[in-house]
Amino acid sequence: MYEGAVQDLIDELGRLPGVGPKSAQRIAFHLLQADAEDVTRLVTALTEVKAKVRFCDQCGNVAQAERCRICADSRRDHTSICVVEEPKDVVAIERTREFRGTYHVLGGAISPIDGVGPDDLRVRELMQRLASGEVQEVIIATDPNLEGEATATYLSRLLRDVGVTVTRLASGLPVGGDLEYADEVTLGRAFEGRRRVDA
Amino acid sequence: MPLYRDEAIVLRTHKLGEADRIITMLTRTRGRVRAVAKGVRRTKSRFGSRLEPGMVIDVQCYEGRNLDTVTQVETLASYGDAISRDYAAWTAASAMLETAIQLSEEHEPQTQQYLLLAGALRALSERGHDPSLVLDAFLLRSLAVAGWAPSFHDCARCGADGPHRAFNVQSGGAVCPLCRPPGSSAPAPETFALLAALLSGDWDLADASDERHRRQGSGLVAAFLQWHLERGVRSLRLVERA
Repeated sequence: MYEGAVQDLIDELGRLPGVGPKSAQRIAFHLLQADAEDVTRLVTALTEVKAKVRFCDQCGNVAQAERCRICADSRRDHTSICVVEEPKDVVAIERTREFRGTYHVLGGAISPIDGVGPDDLRVRELMQRLASGEVQEVIIATDPNLEGEATATYLSRLLRDVGVTVTRLASGLPVGGDLEYADEVTLGRAFEGRRRVDA
Repeated sequence: MPLYRDEAIVLRTHKLGEADRIITMLTRTRGRVRAVAKGVRRTKSRFGSRLEPGMVIDVQCYEGRNLDTVTQVETLASYGDAISRDYAAWTAASAMLETAIQLSEEHEPQTQQYLLLAGALRALSERGHDPSLVLDAFLLRSLAVAGWAPSFHDCARCGADGPHRAFNVQSGGAVCPLCRPPGSSAPAPETFALLAALLSGDWDLADASDERHRRQGSGLVAAFLQWHLERGVRSLRLVERA
């Protein structure tokens, strides 16, 4: 146990995800030895993230205004919505530069065992967005695990009668991997989603 | 460190660190086991989908002080994949897996529970019966395996020959007019017949039952389960009934 402020800092750092007591102690002593300017910059960043960052009213992504920069961008294709679980999934898809539409962040996946049902996600907000009639395609990009699949199944059933095209991201073999290490489900889905090769 | 190999059903996963997961499994010979699967969340993980809930696997682990570590996995049956494509079946499977966690003990062999769960998951994936019926059959039978078999014919208190009209969760099932405690429910005779069919595996009778009796039966099964587990099964709230 350290005295006062040092111990308080260790305790607070130790509450962060993935930071154990040893890591918290190491970060605390790093901050103690760092320049005052560096620490002030960190404090400012922490304060500003709480003060300025909010969730986009439309898609649920992190934003600094009512609308995130993607929803506010008129050059994006607003007739296509890609549904993802978390804001970090938006970043992953944006890195591909393949998708020019907008997003909808659900805030997780349906997981009955964790007590998370459809009402705990932003499903109602998605349906409200679709009510305008502008959207023509919904791309379901939930995680390719069983909770993500079950969420996709639920959404596709819900959207069946809405009059939009519903698609799901393809599952298959990762580029750079060996076929012999692929598990049966992944390989089976790769077969399901095989495509014609045009010479 | 000692290595071991066993058949197992993946019950639940928790994220750990950047790319790992803690896998809770019901093994055939070692009871419930918790093991770390390193790098399983990466798209190029050699484990792939094999460690997803509902998968039946042949797993090799090495023992650790608190948690074991998964070293190799082969799929024996990928029920989880088929189940996740049917939302009602997925919610029923979640309730089964959660119940199996609560009814099993770490490192206490529970082969009967293992076989029961594997059979129930197979039934859900084959879509031969209403998922809600498969769930209720599993719950009744797993309670019976745990030593809490309900009685749907004879009086659960005095053993008087049935059928009886009243059902009391605390007493263990059907109760005769003399033993009937205050607050007992009075389900329809068809509901008693349905529950007895689910417990004994009479699927012809169960499949022919009507919606009202299924709902009534599900309510009694849920109450019976929660009384014996002494805590709620969260997934039951989200089970999609037909």
